[in-house]
Amino acid sequence: MLETHDTKLTEDSVRQLVREEIQRAFKKDPAKKQACIISSKGTLDWAYPPLILATAAAATGMDVSVFFTFYGLNVIHKDFERKLKVSPVGNPGMPMPVPMPDIVSSLPGMTSMATTMMKSKFANKHVASIRELLDVARESEVKLIACQMTMDVFGYTQDDFIDGVEFGGAAAFLSEARKSHLTLFI
Amino acid sequence: MPDIKEDVVLDARNLLCPMPVVKAGKQIRTLEDGQILKILATDRGSIADFPAWADDTGNELLEWHEEDGTFVFFVRKVEEED
Repeated sequence: MLETHDTKLTEDSVRQLVREEIQRAFKKDPAKKQACIISSKGTLDWAYPPLILATAAAATGMDVSVFFTFYGLNVIHKDFERKLKVSPVGNPGMPMPVPMPDIVSSLPGMTSMATTMMKSKFANKHVASIRELLDVARESEVKLIACQMTMDVFGYTQDDFIDGVEFGGAAAFLSEARKSHLTLFI
Repeated sequence: MPDIKEDVVLDARNLLCPMPVVKAGKQIRTLEDGQILKILATDRGSIADFPAWADDTGNELLEWHEEDGTFVFFVRKVEEED
């Protein structure tokens, strides 16, 4: 109550009051508990970050929506195991057993070799697979939303996607995003 | 060694980010207010992740230490007040 303070309102006590009030307001802010992520890339390596962050956010009690658009649709496609690949071409950051110029890594078979390499490396290190992360996401009620516009462009139907996927457009994403402190474009 | 008695143990050894936190999130939901969850993890990232996770979920990280390459965390469940 203010009356108890107004006899001796020092600058420090005012600061302290303001700090407490802000913390109290922040605790009640529903946007703090909501996360919205856009997943726009369709390679194996880039399928991980949105799913890892979404499942971790759900584990901290957040309501999470992941909006899959453009090549990101690969991640929730029924055939994601086959569609998600990684290519060493144009990716100088990818660790290779021997240094490899683009002209070599662009040879036929190199993409599937790099994909197999990455999958086995991840499995050896006990990193969860994309399938496991998708299962965890759905178990923890992460909303997986496919972008209807890019689906139409690529010729996908709703049946092409794994169970539990919802469908929506930019307005649907923005409506969720404007209520979230945490929004990421990946 | 700290003298904390846990109610439930979660073995998250050999799991990497985000699975230790995912499993902890799932497990703590089964506990009652005030009960203590002991978490074992080998992921080095969990040193930063569990304090942050506890802070975000409102649960209390009582103590953590390293034991032969395993990180041991004690978290007290704090029921959310709305």
